Amino acid sequence: MTTSFSETLKFECESGNYHTFCPISCVAWLYQKIEDSFFLVIGTKTCGYFLQNALGVMIFAEPRYAMAELEESDISAQLNDYKELKRLCLQIKQDRNPSVIVWIGTCTTEIIKMDLEGMAPKIEAEIGIPIVVARANGLDYAFTQGEDTVLSAMAHRCLLSNQRKKFINSDNEVVLFGSVSNSIATELTLDLKKQGVKVSGWLPSQKYTNLPTLGEGVDVCGVHPFLSRTATTLMRRRKCRLIGAPFPIGPDGTRAWIEKICQVFDIEPTNLHDRENKVWGNLENYLKLIRGKSVFFMGDNLLEISLARFLIRCGMIIYEIGIPYMDRRFQSAELDLLEKTCHEMNVPLPRIVEKPDNYNQIQRIRELQPDICICGMAHANPLEARNISTKWSVEFTFAQIHGFTNAGNILELVTRPLRRNLLIFKD
Amino acid sequence: MKLAYWMYAGPAHIGTLRIASSFKNVHAIMHAPLGDDYFNVMRSMLERERDFTPVTASVVDRHVLARGSQQKVIENITRKDKEETPDLIVLTPTCTSSILQEDLNAFINVNSKSDVILADVNHYRVNELQAADRTLQQIVRYYIEKADKLDQLDLTLTKKPSVNIIGMLTLGFHNQHDCRELKRLLNGLGVTVNQVIPEGGSIHDLKHLPKAWLNIVPYREVGLMTAEYLKDRFNRPYIATTPMGVIETGTWIREIAQILQLQNYESYINQQTRFVSQAAWFARSIDCQNLTGKKAVVFGDATHGASMTRILAREMGLRVSCSGTYCTHDADWFREQVQGFCDEVLITDDHTQVSDMIARLEPAAIFGTQMERHIGKRFDIPSGVISAPVHIQNFTLGYRPFLGYEGTNQIADLVYNSFTLGMEDKLLDMFGGHDSKEIIPKSTHSSIYKKVSHSFGGRQQNHGLTAALTPKLQLEWTFDAQEEIKKIPSFVREKVKSNVEKYANQNSIKIIDLDVMYAAKESFHAL
Repeated sequence: MTTSFSETLKFECESGNYHTFCPISCVAWLYQKIEDSFFLVIGTKTCGYFLQNALGVMIFAEPRYAMAELEESDISAQLNDYKELKRLCLQIKQDRNPSVIVWIGTCTTEIIKMDLEGMAPKIEAEIGIPIVVARANGLDYAFTQGEDTVLSAMAHRCLLSNQRKKFINSDNEVVLFGSVSNSIATELTLDLKKQGVKVSGWLPSQKYTNLPTLGEGVDVCGVHPFLSRTATTLMRRRKCRLIGAPFPIGPDGTRAWIEKICQVFDIEPTNLHDRENKVWGNLENYLKLIRGKSVFFMGDNLLEISLARFLIRCGMIIYEIGIPYMDRRFQSAELDLLEKTCHEMNVPLPRIVEKPDNYNQIQRIRELQPDICICGMAHANPLEARNISTKWSVEFTFAQIHGFTNAGNILELVTRPLRRNLLIFKD
Repeated sequence: MKLAYWMYAGPAHIGTLRIASSFKNVHAIMHAPLGDDYFNVMRSMLERERDFTPVTASVVDRHVLARGSQQKVIENITRKDKEETPDLIVLTPTCTSSILQEDLNAFINVNSKSDVILADVNHYRVNELQAADRTLQQIVRYYIEKADKLDQLDLTLTKKPSVNIIGMLTLGFHNQHDCRELKRLLNGLGVTVNQVIPEGGSIHDLKHLPKAWLNIVPYREVGLMTAEYLKDRFNRPYIATTPMGVIETGTWIREIAQILQLQNYESYINQQTRFVSQAAWFARSIDCQNLTGKKAVVFGDATHGASMTRILAREMGLRVSCSGTYCTHDADWFREQVQGFCDEVLITDDHTQVSDMIARLEPAAIFGTQMERHIGKRFDIPSGVISAPVHIQNFTLGYRPFLGYEGTNQIADLVYNSFTLGMEDKLLDMFGGHDSKEIIPKSTHSSIYKKVSHSFGGRQQNHGLTAALTPKLQLEWTFDAQEEIKKIPSFVREKVKSNVEKYANQNSIKIIDLDVMYAAKESFHAL
């Protein structure tokens, strides 16, 4: 057993031999979020086959995305990339007339060094539709980081506010970044409004034509733990001020998130503790099921730290937090809160394993026998067959988990295997 | 570059992985970037597999691009060799490794207990099915040659007549059920099964393949190369008939019987056809009469597309308006198989062409893949799934073979249930339908097409859909005519409507009233 009572969080790094979704999967939720967009994934049959299988029925619903499938003649440069891409983009313009075409660069475009960033402005000028280039490839990124690359590219397209704010904090405005469903965006906006903070815009907005205005002195705050590139772009290139807060996942996280934003604006938050306690009260039926139970995160979507922190507050014990990539600066407030939560709940600090090795993890799972293993679909059935209850991690990405009112959704997911066990394996 | 939304056959490495993970104790190592191990998810989810899929990725990342992957690949091979002690490790190239152009062949000479081979497939030249066919042959050849070198090849035939079943594999369409059904049939004929490969097979047994008297390749897509190899090398005959449907199952048995010189097989066929299969009786029954001449469209892989076309046409008396396959590499064979059993043939791997064809022909039922099922939903045409690619609902828990005599029962059920039931059909006809949906021209399945047809100035040369459903002139239907067309059963209504409009267009009529409708009826015999 490697879980020891240490005072500070321990970080390890393994081989990176783990299962996760390819980052191009971000088109699945982003094309739905940005209603006037079209996503063109420039890659091979492998990419197409992944999207088609991962997205299931969405494929049949006339999605606003497509593959620009590279053929042998593209790879061997017998065809001119520029002409080919222009031809496809014109076709898309004619068929769908989107407000923006997002090119998703893949492993293949990286390896053959297709100059997407160079071609985009020229084609954009010729066809009259903005083209945003995001390199969401499996060489560099995992799953949700795809959204990070897209938003970071989009941050360059936000209007620049040329008025440098004279008195920082005078107007208590914040721009939030991270793609969430419209109802969650409304809820978070409203929660901040109650504290006197105005959300002046979202990156991404519902329409590409509605991107927020950014610039020096604009305060920005993230809602997802996987948006470190976007945060960096906002700070370095758009000169925004980043509010480093824990993420609004779970009632504890939501409160801490609001508190941190208020603190930046010198606002004394009101009613937050009551609000949080009320949520906890409503969750009691779920909490009864999970107190004292153990969890193992294999790691594939970068939500792991925030989810683990919430589950520890719920009374669970976390054996291991696997995570594809750990940006300790962007997640520092979240990591502090995790540490604090562990101390307050009097549980050992979990080990955090970056770039995990699934094979080794399976050996550890066998040894530790956690009550729930949060893992990818490749491992779920085999683990269930070995009597380890599992929850697919992907569901946390697609479910609504942010804000006060959605904490129940997280626990609905986490407790599902336990409730199933109670129902059908009673004897 | 090709603008693509959907594909019927997957990339080459999927075929290789399907072969590798079908064998027992064979491990595949993909040379691929993070996220390309999606195959594991498919196998675990679709097959509801209890075991970990024996596929790992040797992850290609930035460091690999900088330094080359030799060290990492070799590390991964030796690691798997120790951890899982597989009999064979198949190093699997992907689209990424194809363009990196590293000499993966040089990496496989590793000091390991397991054998290591590099799958000989080119991502840009072959698809999933072709790659599976090749990889199976490659593995068989490797072990036959290995045994030959060690002088372990035993070429004596088994005492009793025996066969190898070649081409059953993981994620195959109803493969497991088919395999069980074929074994049952062979058992009934007194023929033993020497080996089934690759599903559940052991590579140690491959050297015994030549002991079988005959090789059976039930599916056109995977296994032929292996059967050819065994024929060339050891002069073992094979049959490539697909025993799907009553007639073909009979043919299949006769072919086996002739080669193995079996006796009394005719009585076996007779008994199975009359008592195990209900399909022959069903075709005679009054129920099936109602299906006579109904229009169907068939689309699928070469095996299932061709077999289904012939079953519908000659065993059930339906009219197959179009039969098609996405196995474009096998187009000639397919055309030959369905010749005389359908009105037209469509060879394409572009699902929008299939969709346009269906919109144009407006069949009463569609038999195709998961994609055709969705096309059917969009057009409100019933459909049955007869071929991969499929989704999880086609990995049934219950026994559902498509081959053999039990297969004929399953197919009969599938076909019959896909059409509006006979009596209901008559009642609809008599009472003018029970749906009160307003009849507006069915919205085209894709807004793209509308726009395309407009942008082409109404030339409509390329999309049957717009040609069929969008009138060239602005046509006006009188109230009486609208009421009349509501009386037509819903599944043929669109067809009738478009015929009447076609007639009106041809005769430059702008207002459609009852007279025009009856005139159109006379001219088309469509109502």
